[in-house]
Amino acid sequence: MIALALDVGSWILLVAGSFICVTGGVGMLRFPDFFTRIHAAGVTDTLGAGLIFTGLMLQAGLSLVLAKLVMILLFMLFTSPTASHAVAKAALHSGLEPQLDDVDDRSGVDS
Amino acid sequence: MRHTISLSLLLAIFWLLNSGHYTWLILSLGLLSIAIVVWVTHVMDVVDHESLPWHLTARIPGYNLWLLKEVMVASLDVAIRIWTGAISPIVVDVKASQKTDMGKVIYANSITLTPGTVSINIQDDIITVHALTRVGARNLAEGEMDRRVSRLAG
Repeated sequence: MIALALDVGSWILLVAGSFICVTGGVGMLRFPDFFTRIHAAGVTDTLGAGLIFTGLMLQAGLSLVLAKLVMILLFMLFTSPTASHAVAKAALHSGLEPQLDDVDDRSGVDS
Repeated sequence: MRHTISLSLLLAIFWLLNSGHYTWLILSLGLLSIAIVVWVTHVMDVVDHESLPWHLTARIPGYNLWLLKEVMVASLDVAIRIWTGAISPIVVDVKASQKTDMGKVIYANSITLTPGTVSINIQDDIITVHALTRVGARNLAEGEMDRRVSRLAG
């Protein structure tokens, strides 16, 4: 009974996670410029990866595999914002201007 | 010394959890690897309160839980916006009130980890943030995350 509940729960998480990852991919294609696309990739990195890993943890049960999955998730959560920031900063510094909604609001970009 | 011991312990736990083979050969190889890593970090002089922030240990779970909730809410919001296409990209400057470098790093990384906001530059205590929506930028400007990080890491 518990095994079935774990299986169902893990499948729901895995399917939801996969859908979120696909959504992130769609966002990468649909969003208009580089900076907005980073946000779409962020969805895959955080919620997508989080749901899939939690689903896999339910499958793993109490074992070394669980510890490894936790570590992978933690390292991903530590490294992905650093990578996003590095990429965004490199783009900004090499002169790529964010495509903004309203030109009057560009208070934050220093020239 | 304190840092060296705790680093060795952490590396040992890391090795034991990752290896899963508890034979003498593998364990002695692990011991050797730990010794080399500790020696290298010692020579590079990178082991200090910043690489091993023990002083944060007590307060970090509470902050992580709050951040987890924020990340989930923001992820769902961005996921919905991907399908509806309702975005209003904006660049804003937010003030980081943290005194320490560690605090600023945690704040900037938390901003980037939350989908919909990416920190693209840090100059002194001003973080330039690219937000996917005005709502996201306004939420960030209200400063709850800033206050929580300040309480966490000064």
